Amino acid sequence: MAKRAAPEVNAGSMADIAFLLLIFFLVTTTIPKDSGINRLLPPMEDSDEDVIIKQKNIFTVLLNGKDQLLVEDELMEVKDLRKAAVKFLDNGGDGSCNYCEGLKDARSSDNPDKAIISLKNERETSYGVYISVQNELVAAYNQLRNRRALEIGPQRGFRNMNFVEMQRNYKDVKFSGNKTKLKELIDQIKVEFPQKLSEVQ
Amino acid sequence: MSKFTKKKGGEVPAVNTASLPDIVFMLLFFFMVVTVMREDDLYIANVLPLADQVEKLNKKHPVSYIYAGKPSRGYEKYGTEARIQLNDKFAEPDDIAAFINSERASMREELISFLTVALKVDKNANMGIVGDIKQELRKVNALKINYSTGKGDALSNVN
Repeated sequence: MAKRAAPEVNAGSMADIAFLLLIFFLVTTTIPKDSGINRLLPPMEDSDEDVIIKQKNIFTVLLNGKDQLLVEDELMEVKDLRKAAVKFLDNGGDGSCNYCEGLKDARSSDNPDKAIISLKNERETSYGVYISVQNELVAAYNQLRNRRALEIGPQRGFRNMNFVEMQRNYKDVKFSGNKTKLKELIDQIKVEFPQKLSEVQ
Repeated sequence: MSKFTKKKGGEVPAVNTASLPDIVFMLLFFFMVVTVMREDDLYIANVLPLADQVEKLNKKHPVSYIYAGKPSRGYEKYGTEARIQLNDKFAEPDDIAAFINSERASMREELISFLTVALKVDKNANMGIVGDIKQELRKVNALKINYSTGKGDALSNVN
């Protein structure tokens, strides 16, 4: 009679153990969603009410309770907001801005560092629409800053890097370039296109 | 002659399941690596809106979470309006100051100024409650906030 081969270890229960552990982790953990739009709130004491601001330097964005958007007293869709904000910021009405490529309309902003976007919402506005509006406004600033970064980056030795990439590289520990020069460049672009986004309540 | 007679009954051999635990272990390692132990149970509906100008939260800096949204199923006794949830219980805007102070007390001195408050607000919540949260945060000087969103097309939030 032929000798039976030595019986194998029954591996059927390995799968059961693995399934138990898997179900445990599926139930007790979540995939973290840790991305978002960073904002800085203004500090409480705001005593600079006596600064005279020309009306043309303010870009009013109003959201009403029915999630309708009123930009500079005209109804607008959220998808057109980015272009309108870029047009406002990049205008360079009084000619003092040599990096603006806008139309230089005298009725719009004079210079990006004087241009203020004022966002007002009501209590019934839904948060999703508010985030869309914030997203489009931040995108407008980033679009202009990216363009500027690609213009002056190569002269300082940072080729093919737009503003968002510069910030990411600055925070990245594996970046091999000169971080002090990169920080100066980032700060210069931030001064040229400052994010003056005021949310009055 | 024994070489030519068929001994088998003609059955198809059973599928070898020896590699099944390997597949399951791979799935398990994936989940162990990618996920984070859930800290708080959410008593509110929390579908985050989408945006594309997003940045990842810096893990090295301390983060506090404030959740807001309508109470989910099973908690309707807390009402149908959007509520704030801090840690694991419902709260009012006035509790935010105490919450921030207790978060600051539990972290190191030099990191306090890096505290970012992540607002995880349901996309159908009203701005009234978000405005109250922001006002309370300004009062305690917690000015770095982050509107938590997913990555996607921001225009799809308008519906």
